[in-house]
Amino acid sequence: MSAMSNSNWDRRSVLRAAMGLAAAGGLAACGSNTGRAGGSGKTLVQMFHAYGEAGTEQAIKKYAKAYKEANVTTQWITSADFESKLFSTLLTDNAPDVFEFHPQIQMIKSGQVADLTDIIEPVKDDFNPADIQSHTVDGKIYGVRMIDDPQFFFYRKSMFEEAGVDVPTTLDELMEISAKLTTSKVKGLYIGNDLHNVNDTLIWSAGAQHLTENNEIAYHTDGVVEGLKKMRKLFTSGDLLLGAPTESWDPSSLNQGLCAIQFCGMWAMPQIQDALGDDWGIFPFPKVTDSGKQSVYNGGWSMFVNAKGKNVEAAKEYVKWLWIDQKEYQEDWATSYGFHIPPRASLAKEATKLKSGNAAEGVRLFNEFGHFDNIGWTQAMRTAMEDVWANCVRKDMDPEAALDKCDTAVNRELKKLFG
Amino acid sequence: MSTTTTRDLARPASAKASPAKPRRGLRGSPTFNFWLFTGPFLIGLAIFVYAPILWSLWLSFFEARFTVTPDEFVGFENYAYMLTNDDFVGSLGTFTVFAAFIVPTTWALSLGLALLVNRLRFMRAFFRSVFFLPTAVSYVAASLIWKMSIFSGVRFGLMNTVLGWFGIDNIAWLIDPNPPWYWLVIVTARLWLQSGFYMILFIAALQNIPDELYEAAAIDGAKPGWQTFWYITLPQLRATSTAVILLLLVAAYQAFDEFFNLLSKTTWGRPPLMELYYKALGESQDYGAGSAGALILTVLICAVTLLQGKLMGFGRGDESK
Repeated sequence: MSAMSNSNWDRRSVLRAAMGLAAAGGLAACGSNTGRAGGSGKTLVQMFHAYGEAGTEQAIKKYAKAYKEANVTTQWITSADFESKLFSTLLTDNAPDVFEFHPQIQMIKSGQVADLTDIIEPVKDDFNPADIQSHTVDGKIYGVRMIDDPQFFFYRKSMFEEAGVDVPTTLDELMEISAKLTTSKVKGLYIGNDLHNVNDTLIWSAGAQHLTENNEIAYHTDGVVEGLKKMRKLFTSGDLLLGAPTESWDPSSLNQGLCAIQFCGMWAMPQIQDALGDDWGIFPFPKVTDSGKQSVYNGGWSMFVNAKGKNVEAAKEYVKWLWIDQKEYQEDWATSYGFHIPPRASLAKEATKLKSGNAAEGVRLFNEFGHFDNIGWTQAMRTAMEDVWANCVRKDMDPEAALDKCDTAVNRELKKLFG
Repeated sequence: MSTTTTRDLARPASAKASPAKPRRGLRGSPTFNFWLFTGPFLIGLAIFVYAPILWSLWLSFFEARFTVTPDEFVGFENYAYMLTNDDFVGSLGTFTVFAAFIVPTTWALSLGLALLVNRLRFMRAFFRSVFFLPTAVSYVAASLIWKMSIFSGVRFGLMNTVLGWFGIDNIAWLIDPNPPWYWLVIVTARLWLQSGFYMILFIAALQNIPDELYEAAAIDGAKPGWQTFWYITLPQLRATSTAVILLLLVAAYQAFDEFFNLLSKTTWGRPPLMELYYKALGESQDYGAGSAGALILTVLICAVTLLQGKLMGFGRGDESK
């Protein structure tokens, strides 16, 4: 006791020291991770969503480290809604100089992404024409495509054999076989907990488009309404896997035998191969109506430069260096972790891993049935379409009414974008 | 070192010539102390609360898409849009349902827990801690546990396993809104998280009720149990109850975390904050409409709080004693 009362550490000084520490800690926290702190030469910040495959984060950091002209730091966003995080960060001083996203016109209209025509133009002919077109507005190209990611159904061949069913080509057939494949342990089909991964393909497979060439609504057709009604039937059938622990971009549900068919993307092929050996195949989203056609969503990621950043020129240089000049890294990125189709013909030609088996089949579906992003279909419109699915597939709203509601929201966006 | 000596020397001389005097005079002044203690708080309040509110007010009159420094004035258009927006108005309804349910349940549960714990003869501290512990858990962490292990839709989720013993089919708790099982998930998560904290408030209030009151009641013939609780305990808890209900209402208005984490991509079960987040701050980036909605919500919260204070006599605690 006496030792304590002799101590210099009386309550006040301890408290004062603690407050000082807390304040210093707070200041330090404010200052960290902006990527602009110190270092020699220019510093750039790049933002990526978290890829699910092992080694991807290290790979991106490795490429960045190899760049000599600037000190590039990486923000690896694990949050589920990368869009929200990206959009709100872009309004602040901590915005990344370089980021990956999908082509969406509102970012161009609001002056958030820089014109990259001059760095792409020399190699334009080497890119998949669709990947150039989907990034072009008024003759200017705004993003460099890194990878193309076709999305389709993956299925277990052994389960198909056991149930005596064939690969479906129409939505009705898909519903039928899902019922046959469902047992007490295994659900027939998994298309994600919120079902939104097939929003786009349902529109195409019903023979419709999102928007016309003049940017008017083109998704509101009888075929789409019919498709939504069928999806509602499927949702309530008990044959869908719902409330699974992993989302559908992760092949775990298929790999662990929770479902016989799963909607996923090309990227998952190496993981599925490891887990299931040769016991799997792929097929495109089936026809919804007779006039429709099977379809595949050719998703993917592109590099953009923040037009309001402090080092726009340096950022463009970096994007050119990595995603145009460094073919070795581009190939590594496309085929060493998950499988992605390189958007450049010269690389796609040499990608041996995509030349055989299911990967080759994936490339075929990509070429034969694929649809690319429409740059005029923005995030707000995506959200409006997701609401349609929530309202009339998961909830029991009339599809016509749900689509009418979506029309209102989409028209409000179209009016703001195109007048 | 030197300070101590000066101070000791200066003290008896009533410090007329001491250079330390004005400083100590300042320190002694109540005005200075007032600002010293409230200053940091007020600065924080101004920077992090009032400035954003004013900025929102300004934004709400502009067409502010993908920018927080807009230049296109649109008057009350954003307000009209938000007030005629089914989703936003609907979310106010959602909140009402949610509050109507969660406020009384949490109040009753935490009061019940407090009464039980207060009666314990042994291990009182243990149970008090056990019930209080969930308060320290983050809403996000709890939501993930509720979503992925307890109320997971697959056959090995905890609830589905239990139901499976009775031969009941798997339920997709959070995915299928018919019937609205998601409310069960949300309400149980919130009850678990917040009851312990309010239990502590009630325990403190219970311990403040003088024993004499119970003795007097017993002498007057009040039966222990329900009668004593109804006529002595409950009226004595009035001030605490009012405060608890007020806090619960505010918390319900602010509900976001568990809704956001449990219900993704739905059009139902969205409280106002989540609606604003999706409509404005998240993917749509419509700061004008979002700010208008936020201000409408602020006005509503103020009105309800004032009304509730008036009805229940919050702040008149001293008089009602």
